[in-house]
Amino acid sequence: MREITYRQALNEALAEELERDPDVFLMGEEVAEYNGAYKVSQGLLDRFGPKRIIDTPISENGFAGMGIGAAMVGLRPIVEFMTFSFSLVAFDQVVNNATNMLTMSGGQFNIPITFRGPNGPAHQLGATHSHATECLYANFPGLKVCTPATPRDAKGLLKTAIRDNNPVLVLEAELLYSSKGMVEPPDEDLLIPLGEAEVKREGSDVTIICYAQTVPLALNAAAQLEDEDISAEVIDLRSIKPLDEEAIYKSIAKTHRVVIVEQDRPFCGVGAEVCYRIQKNIFDELDAPVLRVSQEDVPMPYNERLEKAVLPNNDKLIAAVKKVCYA
Amino acid sequence: MQLAERDEVEMLSLMLLVRRFEERASQQYQAQKIGGFCHLYIGQEAVVVGAAAATRHDDYFITAYRDHAHALVKGTSPDACMAELFGKETGCSGGLGGSMHYFDRKNHMYGGHAIVGAHVPLAVGMAFASKYRGEDRVTLCFFGDGAINQGAFHEALNLAALFKLPVLFICENNLFAMGTSVKRSTSLKQIVDRAEGYDIPADIVDGMNFREVRDKISEIVGSIRKEPHAAFIEARTYRYRGHSMSDPASYRTKDELEKYRMDDPIIRLRAQLTREGKLTNEQFDKMDREAKDAAMASVKFAEQSPEPPLEKLYDYTFVDGASA
Repeated sequence: MREITYRQALNEALAEELERDPDVFLMGEEVAEYNGAYKVSQGLLDRFGPKRIIDTPISENGFAGMGIGAAMVGLRPIVEFMTFSFSLVAFDQVVNNATNMLTMSGGQFNIPITFRGPNGPAHQLGATHSHATECLYANFPGLKVCTPATPRDAKGLLKTAIRDNNPVLVLEAELLYSSKGMVEPPDEDLLIPLGEAEVKREGSDVTIICYAQTVPLALNAAAQLEDEDISAEVIDLRSIKPLDEEAIYKSIAKTHRVVIVEQDRPFCGVGAEVCYRIQKNIFDELDAPVLRVSQEDVPMPYNERLEKAVLPNNDKLIAAVKKVCYA
Repeated sequence: MQLAERDEVEMLSLMLLVRRFEERASQQYQAQKIGGFCHLYIGQEAVVVGAAAATRHDDYFITAYRDHAHALVKGTSPDACMAELFGKETGCSGGLGGSMHYFDRKNHMYGGHAIVGAHVPLAVGMAFASKYRGEDRVTLCFFGDGAINQGAFHEALNLAALFKLPVLFICENNLFAMGTSVKRSTSLKQIVDRAEGYDIPADIVDGMNFREVRDKISEIVGSIRKEPHAAFIEARTYRYRGHSMSDPASYRTKDELEKYRMDDPIIRLRAQLTREGKLTNEQFDKMDREAKDAAMASVKFAEQSPEPPLEKLYDYTFVDGASA
């Protein structure tokens, strides 16, 4: 194991899969000559050439569809959205063509494509550039959605996504690109299955369910809560769909109290679905109502103070945990 | 390239098959054997049959929702086409796609796409894959005049031209996007000029004339095979029926319809072949009877086919496995 950044981990995943399979190629805005808007594709053009590392014009709908068409005839495209906020311009391609093709064709056309890029609110980017799209995409049958929070998960999930025979969205955490973590060396083929949550911290009093940018938030809160004699277990979903319900129920059977902290919006957000499943399936294990900490239900303001007020934060999370613990 | 006369007769019989199949489908729709929407191609047959005559079986075809003819000419059986309309398991999309979503991978029919313009980027991706693999295969992307004002269409044309991809865009201009005439939807005097904005070579063909369509496409496809590039043709054609089965087409005059009926692609090719001594009336009648019989038989096949089993409801959301 060695310590690398989340950005480097993604870069390694791309390079390893490009090396491994000649049908894999990467395309998107600024991925080649510019080396990636967030430098995730740094050095890939030099190494793999312009046939496989392809700069596109600003045409998200067009190049997303182009990737899907290439996947229909058996290539394995990786389509980078400069941010998933821009994927909304390609929404029709992703949700109609990538998602529905297998069913509409009676099983003839699977779409082995990976859509990836930063997702979720970053820092003062305003309403158009701050979308957390996981709740939108997870709503569609036929899409897999993962949300890595650590360099290790980023690498392992992206590699798995590229090899998957279905459309997979790898929603990277924009604020975590420079974060560091321990990752297996490149010669170990690190694959992390989709649909497997991970206990990022063990605890016994309360379960905090989180993913992507709320994982470091949850871990910080858990450390602080320990000082107040509340032992929090932190479950990182890692994949939104498929959802690892067993991991959630196993933890709740131990703690009996749950707070879901998510980076998306409250109405029909990821936490709403997780909460529904918890109350439906293990209601008797609960000692308190399930609480959610999410964004406020407003378009994201630019102003820094207001933006902070919209986002989940440590204070909101600690307050929610104390509430479910009646502390 | 001129095809042998035998092939022209075959192509005429293919046009007849398409025509008789759709007439039968129309009747079955009215008898409420077919659900959803059903858009008929009747009148436009020379376009896709001309394209089929000018291309190889392994060239990719992809089109919009008026797609029955495209599957039939690629080799999908009338049985599988009719069964799809009936929503049966033996349909070309297993009964899960319906009229607007015909697919047949083994015959290189890549759909049947029902969001206007949204399949044009897919065609560009398919052409990209051919070039990526060094194949000389050409993608033929069909769409209506209604698609040319969609963003996806414009983005796709730019990408195809920019990356020099082996794709032929075929605008089947039947003058109406549903009930809106081209004059009321499009700022251009002629649709073919759309291509000029992307430096894509473009041409107009008489879409009611099989030979003209075939010869023009043949020439373009030959050029694309030599050196991959995008190309565009506007095929001027006409649909005799409404936009869909529920459309009485009151937005156009009887005179206009009659004018085009006089120029019917089947009658025209038949007359050409007869005049040239390549087809007798008896031969034509026999072919027509066979086409009608095949259409009738497809209804029987569809009626007798099973529904897709309920237990398979969840089988088509994801495929298992990963690349080896």
